[in-house]
Amino acid sequence: MATPALKAHPDTLRTLPGDDVRQLMWRFAERYDLQMLVQSTRGVARGPVARLVAEGGRNEHEWTARKNELLAHYDASGITAAFMEPEEGGFIAGPKNLALALAAFELAWVDAGAATGALAGFLGLSPIHERGTPEQARHYMSLAAPARPGEDRRPWRAAFALTEPIPYVGVDTGMLSGKVSVAEWKDGEEPVLRVEKRGRFITNMGFANFVTAAVDTADPRIKSSCLVILEETDPGTFDRGTPTKKLVHQLSSTSDPIFSLRVPASRIVGGYTVKDGVIVPNFDHSEVIEAVFRRTRVTVGVMTSAKLLSAIEPVIRYQRGRFRGAEQAAPGSVRYELGIQQREDALHRLVEVWAAGEAGASLGFATARLFDELDPLEKKKDAALAAQGVSGMKATLKWLKALEQKGLELLELEAHPRGEKQEARIAELRADELVRFALLDAQANVLCPATKLWNTGVGASVMREAVSLMGGYGITEDCPGFLGQKWMDAQLEATYEGPEAVQRRQLSVTMANPLFLAQMKAWVRELRHVSGAHAGTGACALASAMELWLWTYRHLERSTDADGARLVQSPRQGVTFKLADALGWLMAARSQILDAVVLAEDGAPVLGEAHAGTARFFADLCHVQAARAAGEVGRICAELVHGYNRHPSWDAEGRAACWSASDAEALEGIIPGLAGCSADEIAEGGLPDKEGPCASCQGISDFRTLRVKIDGCLTGAMLAKDRAAEALSKVMIPEALDYPQ
Amino acid sequence: MSTGYQIVVLGSVVPDPLQTLEPAQTPQGPGLKNELMLPHVLDPWAAHALYEAANLAARTPGSKVTLVSLGPKAKLQQVMMAVGQKVPFELVALDGPAGGFTDPHEVAARLAETVKALPGLDRSRLLLFGGWESASRGAGVTLQLVGERLEIADQFQGVDRLTPGEGGSFEVLERVEGGKHQVSRCAGAPAVLGWATGELGEPKNNPQIGMANMRGVMPALQKAAPAPVGTGGVEFLSVAVPRAQRETRIVKDMSPDDVARELVEWIGQD
Repeated sequence: MATPALKAHPDTLRTLPGDDVRQLMWRFAERYDLQMLVQSTRGVARGPVARLVAEGGRNEHEWTARKNELLAHYDASGITAAFMEPEEGGFIAGPKNLALALAAFELAWVDAGAATGALAGFLGLSPIHERGTPEQARHYMSLAAPARPGEDRRPWRAAFALTEPIPYVGVDTGMLSGKVSVAEWKDGEEPVLRVEKRGRFITNMGFANFVTAAVDTADPRIKSSCLVILEETDPGTFDRGTPTKKLVHQLSSTSDPIFSLRVPASRIVGGYTVKDGVIVPNFDHSEVIEAVFRRTRVTVGVMTSAKLLSAIEPVIRYQRGRFRGAEQAAPGSVRYELGIQQREDALHRLVEVWAAGEAGASLGFATARLFDELDPLEKKKDAALAAQGVSGMKATLKWLKALEQKGLELLELEAHPRGEKQEARIAELRADELVRFALLDAQANVLCPATKLWNTGVGASVMREAVSLMGGYGITEDCPGFLGQKWMDAQLEATYEGPEAVQRRQLSVTMANPLFLAQMKAWVRELRHVSGAHAGTGACALASAMELWLWTYRHLERSTDADGARLVQSPRQGVTFKLADALGWLMAARSQILDAVVLAEDGAPVLGEAHAGTARFFADLCHVQAARAAGEVGRICAELVHGYNRHPSWDAEGRAACWSASDAEALEGIIPGLAGCSADEIAEGGLPDKEGPCASCQGISDFRTLRVKIDGCLTGAMLAKDRAAEALSKVMIPEALDYPQ
Repeated sequence: MSTGYQIVVLGSVVPDPLQTLEPAQTPQGPGLKNELMLPHVLDPWAAHALYEAANLAARTPGSKVTLVSLGPKAKLQQVMMAVGQKVPFELVALDGPAGGFTDPHEVAARLAETVKALPGLDRSRLLLFGGWESASRGAGVTLQLVGERLEIADQFQGVDRLTPGEGGSFEVLERVEGGKHQVSRCAGAPAVLGWATGELGEPKNNPQIGMANMRGVMPALQKAAPAPVGTGGVEFLSVAVPRAQRETRIVKDMSPDDVARELVEWIGQD
């Protein structure tokens, strides 16, 4: 931790970061298609969307004509087409996860409801895009594409109907009340299905032309659940339902629809086969949903982070102008110029908001990029499985296990000093696209739920802090930047597309993947390396926190509680969910540091003389966030490691399990910090009040060492916060917000 | 024989007007504080000219629009990501300073050289468009100087409308004093037209246009020739932005007619 050397950098942030900084950090400096999408989306967000919010458009639950006008803006600006392939009417070739994340970021900067509304069509199309037959994909994607010049047609809008009224509401894929049965099946003809489905909280239902609906089988002639495509003109009932009385995201159309329709079996997403007189859907509904949510959840996480970052400018302006106009604040005085920014606490808290926003955005965009790389590899994996004739869950898992071993071998070889023979093997494994798939897949399975969980959950809390920095103004409709609404909106983002518990549950499974754990070990080395080249980013502290998390995970995996019950197992959510929470902090802070490193290494040609100060500021934000993450991880791990040991009764037997103060002091050299836990005061009656730590420290001396190491790694973190705070008091901001209020 | 106009629009970037624009002395001479860190936009006057050019080209088959822009390459690239989606054009970029303190003669010389060197330039079809003013420089002389260097005698400033006529002629609506327009008829190209606001709104972004434009814009930016224009030897002793003056008066019990009368008197003071 070489922070003292940082004093040599007096330069700091000069202006709020612009597009050039963001393109570098979020790695789309070479993608002009994405840069144009950002500009285009920003024009809609800070134009018609912002005007509608400022004029009170959020004050109604109904899908009004004014809200409906936004759809045309989304079409004209390319937001609708961002999901399409060029041959379908889109303009971005290849995977589009980063593109959609950037669009969501820009819209949510002003209003996350608009972001949800604009992107919900993609959610409706995603089942078809990810798992639909080629015919289904071609048909519905082209219908949903905006009209080309000279074409006279309105694009079809899609909705995704999964969630159902209580008791079935939610994304628990095991519970579905929606049913599909065979209505008619004439010899030699395609079966006709009857679909009965009630939806709850379905986005886009106010105007959707078709719906992809999850239904379970209610007929022995249909083997499993599936997703079916329902069109508004299908025979039967296509009732859009009552608008949901949401307190948030009012610029998206949400209602509780009712469907009772007859549709041809060709509407089963992904198609079907007929075996022994039974319709066998090629994908059951949980397979489709997994493929869909795996990607769309990332954009939701990005939305909350956008709001945190959008709060910075209005808060600075409010803080600086807080006393202007008062008799006691004469122009030119410190009170006039700095306002509330005279006070350290106001600046420190704003630094924390900014740091959390950066971390979330970095994590979200890193995950989106990861999926962009993973998507084509996944197709290659599927092709390889097909080419090798591997099918069925058991055979596929066996095949993937072999791939996992190769991935582990690669990580092991990379971790140790090596000779020529090993180098050749490393090169061979690195060139293997399937090994690459296995490694990225293991990452994606963690980073996606981590983004959704951490960005929205922690983001909602931090957004509250941002609102509080505006005083009473923060909770009025007049608040610049709509911060109060953004805070409320964040709660929905933490809930829809799988609430926090669902993300924690998914993480508790995926974080146990040996390939992920091995990669995390590699990230510890990576961060140590970064901290050498970029001291003051907090990389060292974060590496220590990762080590502690890994140690804790391994320890808990083989530990039991005081009653002998295993700690790491599915029902033990008190353990696994907390580890998942801690993991979110780590992943976000790591992504943030890696982005800051890119800015530091590649930013000079773009930023010129402002580069050093800008890079320094972003490194300071990293340091602040890494310290916070390390603190959270340390607290959570300590609770888990110690918390399942029974507190001894303070009798002879219990005392025998503890050290005396003199023992503890003697052990201090071996287990740093131990003596600090002890006291040897003798209470009235001769019984010591406390002697040493109550918990048995057997087998956890490494934990104590790692925990103490983290404490030491916090060195310089508050200095970084001071520097960042000073930068916020001096940074130049625009004269006014670039969207209405 | 090809028909239609060759419309060359001269225009560069300026800091976004919402930003705090504070004059400062830099190692390169006078400039704005943190100028290169500020987000930029296409100079609004030049933007009007570009949109009018695209509109004219769309109405006149065989026409082509070329935007010649002298500015910092990195900023030009950022601005093109938005402007490039609005109307079809080809970009010719020159990498140099675009601030309000560069010498218009030096800038005009580089721009004129560049226009002359445009492949396939046909003076008989050339319309040179630009802003009659600039958001970074109020003098609005650069376009006129380029016209002089290209020996184009027909120059119109403060243009709000151009209507093509018979045989290559066109009618021009120019702003004159008192909120009035002067109507001129020009026999044909070549001509210089310095646009006021024109009559068109800002076109919406269209990514399909953007993708088509970018095939030329990105290579043009990559091969942008250096154009290190300076201040022409002028020494600036001090610079300041105009102070906004606000005189607030609270009046009660004043009739709307009296308010209107007072406003008319106030306007008449100038």
